[in-house]
Amino acid sequence: MIDLSAAIEIASATHTGMVRSHNEDTIAADAEIGLAVLADGMGGYNAGEIASGIAVTLITAEMKKVLAQRPAADLSDAEAQLLIGEYAAKANAAIFQAAQTQPQYSGMGTTLVMALWYDNRMGVGHIGDSRLYRLRGETLEQVTRDHSLLQEQIDSGMISKADARFSQNKNLVTRAVGIDPDVETEINSYAVQPGDIYLLCSDGLSDMVADEDIELTLSSLKANLALAAEQLVQQANDNGGRDNVSVVLVRIVKDFPARTGWWEKLKSWFR
Amino acid sequence: MAKLILSLEGSVIREVPLDKERIMIGRKASNDIQIENLAVSGEHACIVTILDDSFLEDLGSTNGTLVNGSAIKKHILQNNDVIEIGKYKMKYIEPVVAHKAGQTSVEDFEKTMVLRGSAGARAPAAQKGSADTRAFPAASAKPAPAGSGAAAAPAAAARPGEAAPMAAIQLLTGANAGRELELTKNLTTLGKPGVQVAVITRRPQGYFITHVEGANLPIVNGKRLDAQATRLNDHDVIELAGVKMEFFIKT
Repeated sequence: MIDLSAAIEIASATHTGMVRSHNEDTIAADAEIGLAVLADGMGGYNAGEIASGIAVTLITAEMKKVLAQRPAADLSDAEAQLLIGEYAAKANAAIFQAAQTQPQYSGMGTTLVMALWYDNRMGVGHIGDSRLYRLRGETLEQVTRDHSLLQEQIDSGMISKADARFSQNKNLVTRAVGIDPDVETEINSYAVQPGDIYLLCSDGLSDMVADEDIELTLSSLKANLALAAEQLVQQANDNGGRDNVSVVLVRIVKDFPARTGWWEKLKSWFR
Repeated sequence: MAKLILSLEGSVIREVPLDKERIMIGRKASNDIQIENLAVSGEHACIVTILDDSFLEDLGSTNGTLVNGSAIKKHILQNNDVIEIGKYKMKYIEPVVAHKAGQTSVEDFEKTMVLRGSAGARAPAAQKGSADTRAFPAASAKPAPAGSGAAAAPAAAARPGEAAPMAAIQLLTGANAGRELELTKNLTTLGKPGVQVAVITRRPQGYFITHVEGANLPIVNGKRLDAQATRLNDHDVIELAGVKMEFFIKT
């Protein structure tokens, strides 16, 4: 299989925050197969971390299996989107079933954001209010759009983006993994460029640290990804750390095109 | 439930609970809050309340609507905001949601919850936390205790470093010796990209320097740093990419 670890660099950090007693976020990232997954669990007692744990473990394990047969770098947009949708649906079914059969897990669910890199492109799937941002040059852009009441209010013009940070309704998501038998994953594909930095984060970061501060941190510390990740978590905690904070940072180091030559294709057939 | 305290020239007239999704304010009798004053338009403004948020909107009034002294078109009300329409003042008081005794702990505050179905249809149930709590029983447990508003809502209002005093770096050697650089941002990077870079972070506890990139680590007061963040004290001398500079707290 093609190893993407030469083309992408990953750093991550997760922290309970300053208020909560335990961390219900789960993150995983694998530079070899070009996959990053982040989930922010919810539900009483320890069910939140069970839900986010199931989602992340299931998706990474299954993706690894599939991509060992079929290197991610060779995927097309349609194939990558299919994979993302399929495993998000599997995670949903697994969590829903656990919640239905075991009373202590009743009502648990999780948000999900995952990204898969292939052929100089990136497939992104998300459910809920965990986000993916892109830093290109010095500019930070939010790639995913939250599935939340607040986002709906922003979209309908009821509240401006600038006022949104004062809203009391930040914590209401309109979509989550494991709540209903089926879930709709929002999936999109994007072209990536060497030098891009991608940030997957839970709302513990985006609610506590303003976008401008995230942008400043990423653009000034992009030479040291691990430090940037640590710094983001620290800022969320310095601002109050009211929720679990998780970040996964992914830097595109160089191009990773699909193998298009007939010889390459033939060779991969016989392996 | 949120409420408005209506007053005219310093004396309180009445309290108006925001018990409807839409409260109209104006001169006409059809308004929920009727103000008989020629400076007030027929339909002057309205307040739309959804869950715990109330939005004030000016309905194209002739003389405008002020919040805390400045004219607004649309505004999300915060605790103790003062709305001015003509000579009348209305103070917005945020709802204090009563916790269901024994079921709510500090931890339940602000937890992410799933909102099912359309927002409008779901809203009343979520607020009462009664029947439709199948999705998340904690749906009612989002109190906004009076006074916590400022700390809770705006992450940006509690910027780190606002507590820390202002500080600056003065270059001691090199081509720009004597130049001063104020540390106005939460993060300030120093050095030459690709050669040696360090970052100074401003935190509530003070200022810290951390190595970012390059083979050499920065030197503070003649001592080479390790990879950890190191706290800076007034008049510390930093050596970075061959340049000496002094850190000092501004008074």
